[in-house]
Amino acid sequence: MRFLFIVLALLLTGCLVGCQEPINSPHLAGLAADKVLFSAFSERPKHLDPARAYSENEMAYLGQIYEPPLQYNYLKRPFTLEPLTLSAMPEVAFYDAQGRVLPADAPAVRVTTSVYTVRLKAGIRYQPHPALAPDRVLTADDYIYQIKRLADPRVSSPIASLMGEYIIGLNDLGVAIEQKLKRGVAVDLVQEPLSGVERVDALTWRIRIKGKYPQFLYWLAMPFFAPMPEEADRYYGTALMRAANLTLDSQPVGTGAFYMAENDPNRVMILRRNPNYHADYYPTTGEPNDAAAGLLRDAGRRLPLLDAAVYSLEKEDIPYWNKFLQGYYDTSGIASDTFDQAIRIGPDGRPDLSPEMRARDIQLATTNRTSIWYLGFNWLDPVLGGVHDPERARKLRQAVSIALDWDEFISIFLNGRGLPGHGPIPPGIFGFKEGAINAVVYQPDGRRRALAEARRLLAEAGYPHGRDARTGAPLTLYFDTMASGPESKARLDWYRKQFARLDIQLVVRSTDYNRFQDKMRKGNAQIFEWGWNADYPDPENFLFLLYGPNRKQGKNGENAANYSNPEFDRLFTEMKSMDNGPARQAVIDRMVQIVRVDAPWVFAYTPKAFGLRHGWLANAKPNPMAHNTLKYLRVDPVVRQAYQRHWNRPLLWPVGVGVLLLIAMVYPAWRLWRRRLRMTAVEGR
Amino acid sequence: MIAYLIRRLLYAVPILLGVNLITFALFFMVNTPDDMARIQLGAKHVTAEAIARWKVQHGYDKPLFYNAQAEGGERLTQTLFTQKSLSLFALEFGQADDGRSIAREIQTRMWPSLAVAMPTFFIGLAVYLATALMLVFFRRSRLELAGVVMLVVLMSISGLFYVIGGQFVLGKLWHWAPISGYAPGLEAWKFLVLPVLVGVVSGIGESGRFYRALFLEEIHQDYVRTARAKGLSEARVLFNHILPNAAIPILTGVVVVLPRLFLGSLVIESFFGVPGLGSYTIDAIQAQDFGIVRAMVFLGSLLYIVGLVLTDLSYTLVDPRVRLQ
Repeated sequence: MRFLFIVLALLLTGCLVGCQEPINSPHLAGLAADKVLFSAFSERPKHLDPARAYSENEMAYLGQIYEPPLQYNYLKRPFTLEPLTLSAMPEVAFYDAQGRVLPADAPAVRVTTSVYTVRLKAGIRYQPHPALAPDRVLTADDYIYQIKRLADPRVSSPIASLMGEYIIGLNDLGVAIEQKLKRGVAVDLVQEPLSGVERVDALTWRIRIKGKYPQFLYWLAMPFFAPMPEEADRYYGTALMRAANLTLDSQPVGTGAFYMAENDPNRVMILRRNPNYHADYYPTTGEPNDAAAGLLRDAGRRLPLLDAAVYSLEKEDIPYWNKFLQGYYDTSGIASDTFDQAIRIGPDGRPDLSPEMRARDIQLATTNRTSIWYLGFNWLDPVLGGVHDPERARKLRQAVSIALDWDEFISIFLNGRGLPGHGPIPPGIFGFKEGAINAVVYQPDGRRRALAEARRLLAEAGYPHGRDARTGAPLTLYFDTMASGPESKARLDWYRKQFARLDIQLVVRSTDYNRFQDKMRKGNAQIFEWGWNADYPDPENFLFLLYGPNRKQGKNGENAANYSNPEFDRLFTEMKSMDNGPARQAVIDRMVQIVRVDAPWVFAYTPKAFGLRHGWLANAKPNPMAHNTLKYLRVDPVVRQAYQRHWNRPLLWPVGVGVLLLIAMVYPAWRLWRRRLRMTAVEGR
Repeated sequence: MIAYLIRRLLYAVPILLGVNLITFALFFMVNTPDDMARIQLGAKHVTAEAIARWKVQHGYDKPLFYNAQAEGGERLTQTLFTQKSLSLFALEFGQADDGRSIAREIQTRMWPSLAVAMPTFFIGLAVYLATALMLVFFRRSRLELAGVVMLVVLMSISGLFYVIGGQFVLGKLWHWAPISGYAPGLEAWKFLVLPVLVGVVSGIGESGRFYRALFLEEIHQDYVRTARAKGLSEARVLFNHILPNAAIPILTGVVVVLPRLFLGSLVIESFFGVPGLGSYTIDAIQAQDFGIVRAMVFLGSLLYIVGLVLTDLSYTLVDPRVRLQ
């Protein structure tokens, strides 16, 4: 026992002092010396099947492994699509009901069918995989197979019904497969016909779309349309594989810059460089400031620039943050607990790094997210909605819009990480106008309208001093939210206080996710908070949240406020198939003005993302739309290791103090022990 | 004794059935299968057809207890309760909502749980017993007083404080161990130091005092006086006489826990990023994955019953007066 103790003590002391890597390194030995990115995930990705995955945390992996036909340029803004596996951008042709070709600028009403012709680069190879022949190259059939998978009811793709509205024959394919499955007939997707997709040759295929749908190109940049080799589907389709938890949903197979080398979502996920990756180069042009920011140092270099990326499970914010400070993670977000430690707000209100972060050569990158947050009013509600007494309710909604001070909210609850909303389209998306203000809520000089104006509107709505002018009853409004618990209390109190400024009593009805969704579907909520994260950078993806036929109640759409305005709906139909340009901007401006006046939402804010990274990580430019950004990143492992050793030298003095303390405790105990052993039953003998 | 064991195992059936029924009722009263489907399908573009399809795929399209549309015995078997809950008695855990085999996950995750729980348990037991015996040995001295005060202080501190304090001091300030994480195989040792230490230290206060009380009760017994009268040293009296005689109440608390060790610790595993069954259960509760929760509750109840039976058996080993009939 004593020998064992000595060996253990020597091992521990030896390692504390002499190991190549610090003993508190949470990574496997040797990895930090390679070109490996270390990052973390807080929640295991539910799906890694490109037909099923939709969440951001799933796309973070799939984007590196699967290659849809198109990608977003890494550096350019506004977001620009470019070919990824294609030899050129898809060609689109429009046809009328008689099958005649229409010009490219034909109005949407005349277009019955759009045909996209897509051509692949030759010779793109898949990652090494036991299901695939070593010389297996990417073909049009793999893309067609994946489109068919979207319709397969066994796959349960979240965009099956949405794409069914556009891709000709997709719904019919889904029904045909379902019927076969019910009859117990085996389904072979390769053999199943899909009328809207045609194979032209091994590298070319055509997709036929109902009507004009320019946004379809954006879908071609998402993993839903990535290629799936049928051999891989068959390989993972057996019962034996399923029993071993090996399915396409956990074992991605792609042509991307990286492949999944280890998928243990309970602990770590490791992506490694795909040795078969096709020729792909770092962009040579970007935005004007990119060169000065060092983002073009690797211009023209062959991608990827990393050998691997290690994502460790990190559920809690504090350990993640501490390990980032120890140099064991290359990037980190900023939780509200650590905001003050990381960021100083300058006198001009601009965020900057704290001296502690600067001393560690940590870099800050901020970007506006392509998301919006809003407070919605249920359009069907008798008090606040637009159906029963539209004029009165509109004034009430406008009064509330003025009273809610989002600048204050952003300052208190987001540490300044947000922009107050002026409309339904966030910055970075076509249709957003820099400097354009919501005149219903703000004065021309950009200041929020005075509370007196809100009170006047409230009185005009029939609620002077927050009381119903007819009955004298106090005005009580109901706010439905999924927020509950002590961490949300301050925020909910803030809402109450903002309404109280108009003498309106706000009753907060906190509920769980399911009950909240249920209320929204049934149209039972009065006021609620909601957000939307862009699927693609097109205003249609935000304005459809207010499109009447897309309402939540009864239609299960995404218009959670159930807002309906015939003029807005007409303009939306016109706008959605227009090309970006002044004409489209003019239509969008009219739509935005309508919703500002109607105020079905209080436009709350667009969140700003603050990201930190260590100085040894290069080429990091936030791109909220692109998913395949890992291939552009570069690390300097030598600098990283030097910092890690410097920051993680074990402190040895506590060992000495511990030994002294032990002696101080053991010595009197030993003396007492000796005395007790020598003690006699009778004193003095 | 065999008759006793069979009787105890038969008693276990209605208990497990009851536990299943309560879990089932709680889950289906709070969460309908539609809700489960929505959680799994995400927030965007969720259609009624997709929900119906998900329910069929996961077997949630059946009635709860009685299927009027089925025939014969299938009226009872083609129900959610039979399919989802009673199959557990055959140790068929089925699939989680994400389609992964629960049995496979349990097999994989039990090892990290054991890697943390076993050393914590055995080192902890040894430390707690040693602390209690020492305090008893030094009774009526300043050392004992200081020790008891220290134990009271230790037991007054929240368990979470030990976790955060341990990570802060040993991981962040002194750089002696990784703050959290896990690695399989031999590399696991450096990740185990901190959680095991925290697990042991957080239990010293309560267990040390408890065992001390047990030993103090024994120390005034006649057999102790006899042992001393024989001229035995105080150490031999403590280890050879008092410890075995205090074993029954110690075993009551200890053996019942043994089978459940591999279920892991919810708090320790979550905070230290150990991919064991404790964090599996927490994740499942947060994700409202009924399949996993029901499997873990069933397993927990089963192992608790096994633990109780083992406790009874252990009494016969340490106390010849005990007979199981």
